[in-house]
Amino acid sequence: MEHKLYLSSSPHLRAEDSTSRIMLDVSLSLLPACGAALWFFGLPALWLILLCIGGCLAFEALCRRLMGQPQSLRDNSALVTGLLLALNLPPSLPWWMALLGSAVAIGIGKQVYGGLGTNPFNPALVARVVLLISFPVQMTRWSAPQGARADLLSSATPLGELKTALMTGGTVESALAATGGALGDFFLGSMAGSMGEVSALALLAGAAYLFWRRVLTWQVPVAFLGSVVLISGLFWLYDPAHYASPLFHLLTGGMMLGALYMATDMVTSPVTGRGLIVFGLGCGLITMAIRLFGSYPEGVSFAILLMNAATPLIDRFTRPRPFGSLSGKGRD
Amino acid sequence: MLSAILTLGLMGLLAAVALGLAARKFAVETDPRELALVEVMPGANCGACGYPGCGGFAKALLEGKAMASDCSPGGKEVAERVAHILGVEAVAPEPEVAVVLCQGDNQKARVKYLYQGLRDCVAAQALAQGPKECPGGCLGLGTCARVCPFGAIEMTAEGLAVISRRKCTGCRKCVGACPRKVIAMTPLHAEVHVLCNSHDKGAAVRKYCDIGCIACHICAKTSPGAYRIDNFLARVDYEARQSPLEAVPKCPTRCIRDFTQGYPEGSRFAPPVVPLHAKDAAPSP
Amino acid sequence: MKSSAFSGGVHPQDFKQFTASLAVESCPLPEELVLPLVMHIGAPATPCVEVGSRVKKGQLIAAPKGFVSAGVHASTSGEIRAIEPRMHVNGSRMQAMVLVPDGEDAWADGLEGAGPNELTGDDIRDRIRAAGIVGLGGAAFPTAVKLSPPEAKRINTLIINGVECEPFLTADHRLMLEEGERVLDGIEILRCLLGVDRAILGIEDNKPDAIAHMDKLCRKSVVEVKALPVRYPQGAEKQLIFAACGRTVPSGGLPMDVGVVVQNVGTAAAVSDAIRKGRPLVERICTVSGPGLVRPANLRIPIGAPLSHLVKVCGGLRGRTTKILAGGPMMGMAQAGLEASATKGTSGLLIFDETAAQLRPEGPCIRCGRCVSACPMRISPTTIAAYSRLDMIDAAEQNNAMDCIECGCCSYICPAGLPLVQSLRYARGAIAARRRRV
Repeated sequence: MEHKLYLSSSPHLRAEDSTSRIMLDVSLSLLPACGAALWFFGLPALWLILLCIGGCLAFEALCRRLMGQPQSLRDNSALVTGLLLALNLPPSLPWWMALLGSAVAIGIGKQVYGGLGTNPFNPALVARVVLLISFPVQMTRWSAPQGARADLLSSATPLGELKTALMTGGTVESALAATGGALGDFFLGSMAGSMGEVSALALLAGAAYLFWRRVLTWQVPVAFLGSVVLISGLFWLYDPAHYASPLFHLLTGGMMLGALYMATDMVTSPVTGRGLIVFGLGCGLITMAIRLFGSYPEGVSFAILLMNAATPLIDRFTRPRPFGSLSGKGRD
Repeated sequence: MLSAILTLGLMGLLAAVALGLAARKFAVETDPRELALVEVMPGANCGACGYPGCGGFAKALLEGKAMASDCSPGGKEVAERVAHILGVEAVAPEPEVAVVLCQGDNQKARVKYLYQGLRDCVAAQALAQGPKECPGGCLGLGTCARVCPFGAIEMTAEGLAVISRRKCTGCRKCVGACPRKVIAMTPLHAEVHVLCNSHDKGAAVRKYCDIGCIACHICAKTSPGAYRIDNFLARVDYEARQSPLEAVPKCPTRCIRDFTQGYPEGSRFAPPVVPLHAKDAAPSP
Repeated sequence: MKSSAFSGGVHPQDFKQFTASLAVESCPLPEELVLPLVMHIGAPATPCVEVGSRVKKGQLIAAPKGFVSAGVHASTSGEIRAIEPRMHVNGSRMQAMVLVPDGEDAWADGLEGAGPNELTGDDIRDRIRAAGIVGLGGAAFPTAVKLSPPEAKRINTLIINGVECEPFLTADHRLMLEEGERVLDGIEILRCLLGVDRAILGIEDNKPDAIAHMDKLCRKSVVEVKALPVRYPQGAEKQLIFAACGRTVPSGGLPMDVGVVVQNVGTAAAVSDAIRKGRPLVERICTVSGPGLVRPANLRIPIGAPLSHLVKVCGGLRGRTTKILAGGPMMGMAQAGLEASATKGTSGLLIFDETAAQLRPEGPCIRCGRCVSACPMRISPTTIAAYSRLDMIDAAEQNNAMDCIECGCCSYICPAGLPLVQSLRYARGAIAARRRRV
């Protein structure tokens, strides 16, 4: 045997999955949501999605070049960031704002911390919040769902209507009437909102795929949505005229998108099962606090970013107890 | 407007007074010399003195446990300043620099296997004694470079560690980190070194490295007294009066390096000096 | 026959189809046998014959040194050609006895067996020690030491490890199928020696024929055969104890702390031979397999057989060899060549060619948490590996690095291809070195 053998530390077998495959799976799972965006908002949606993806890929290549680090486009993470960013934006957003968002997501949200795996905050959410605070008007100019027409008519989101109605002394009923839709429409996606958040159906379909592929684990979605249902349910039972039902809260705003795709970002959430449950509960709590008592109609983005900041602490306190340690048992 | 200015101004004043009182009440008693000592030190917290950081060294000096010359990165300058603060005689330490005693990069030395895993020399050494066939040669995975607090070590593109004689402060961290013990401390004035660390017999060395010492004794014969051959490996005797320079071009494998003529191939630190006349040129490695 | 499964673990493909149905073959004697002085955990043995002496099969050629040690016996009759450093499967050159067979394969005189009922407990232990028996599951801990727990530790259960959870390996499987009686005899000797009423034989349920066979054999005895769910590393001591009898070995502790002694089926069979026939440990079953081999087989090899000889017996290498492993693919040691020889603990020799999956290039940790879920010891490999890479050994220790059993589940499942076990080993080595210094 003339040639040299490979030597490595054990183990010498590896499971099939890889980082790029996981990222690709997430991208695939977002296709239904993209489809819904195109269906309800037409060509402007397609344009924005492609712009964000292209922008993120370009900025990632540029950043790695400037940092003197090897190129990392192959791990597909920039693709995922681009898709998620696009789905978080209103369809009428000017193109240059979307590009700026891509630059912020990749440059500030990810690369400045050293690249994939070391960023503390969800990059797409960092970009969304930066855009929201910098351009509040354009970031809240929502459009009515309409199909393949090229132009978009502005409209308020159901959550927006709710907040306005409640602040001006109206009731939940009047808010719902103002949106012109019913919960069934919200489930399918026929409502105003950011491109990806409108269709709970599409999001659930994608999430089902991710569960099947074992990319998504149950802890964060169940804890997040569960706590939202619990808190909103308690208030709704107490005063249904002034507090919307749990179903309303689940289907409107960025709840589904946030609970299934944004809060479940692996890099910025805890590594243990218990940690993920705490994370999900925290997200739900803060979201409902903002929705019910804050002046912003929507709180998902802020809640997730705040919990991202708490992740290292959560990891510290939910350290797994080793098999055989005094308080630990063999079984979970 | 006025009320706002007055209110904030008053709050500021109160806060300042409170802080001042607290600073006085909770002040920690320190020897003023401790701060002065830390000021004159290099501040790298490298641990070469044997104490935890420059602060620890300052404390040890004041306790009489350490000597002013213990800080090798600081050299003569720091030793003098420290001695001045403490009011003692300054004794300058003998300056030393670390040298990687190997030129066997991946172009010149054979490997026994293709290593996959952590880019760390200690980790690689744990797998069948390291990927290099030569038992003493540099593995080139950069553990020393990572450990050096002064950025004095570079890894060449061909996988060899090279230490800059200008940047090295003699803190010895690399010597301890290297699992092959291929880095040695040498006096600063010594510019000629035998860059090989293998005690194998010449025939064996030839098989796995193009540029290793084969213990042919030509160097010892050319410059008697300047070289010691110990267990099939030549070494420069740094204390010898005889200059080792004459033997440098005579070495058949070119493993003896005169650092005034440059660093091993591929190093960015200092390219070989270009001679004025062709006849003065050292033979190309 | 229900059992409680441990948390964590992974499901690699088991690749046992290459050799599971192949009967054990005898292996012809090689031109030389190389017997390292250390093939066990503990002090190296000391040679007790000189270079040039003629020895018989089963003759003691190196004596154990101290209590935690094991002797080395000649695997065949022949001449001791040399005592010199030779390549060991662990990758370094270590002192070994080189034995050149004379072809007669003649047993030494005076090797007498006895019925276990005629012997006292101490007699049995002495014979096991004199036979040089060590744990044949791979760890190679001197069996006589394991069977001498301190007075304070009351043992009440014997667990026999027939799990063989490593992919590719089928040595224990074939041993149970073909020599189940010998195994059962050994189990009974061990059980009576320890004075326990409860003996459990754990077998993974991907070996239904072995389970059925042993179950039938054990029906007349007190030994309970337990089918365990297939999950790597079911055969790891702590996990096996939990699955078989529900007890949790405390962190940093040993099985005897929960009243259990675990032995491999091969060890049990060797014990039977040592007592009944007076024969020391001179051979073992080794699975030689892998896609880079012409003819995979289960071989009964003499201890010290060169790996190159085993490959030759199996028809030689096929294709371009990329990796050679001594042991299984999850915990085995990669070899730089075929220079080393099989030791008492070499349960497998695996040859891989280009068709075998290469290690994935390393990407950054994406904190997916799969390693944490997969870890059977319930520590966080990603956290410890991160500290290990930064040389923060104290933090690694605080995160329970010393609980790691180096099973490989974390590296196996990591989508980024991180060498987690290597980082953990580095940290554990640094912690152990630190503890020795103090």
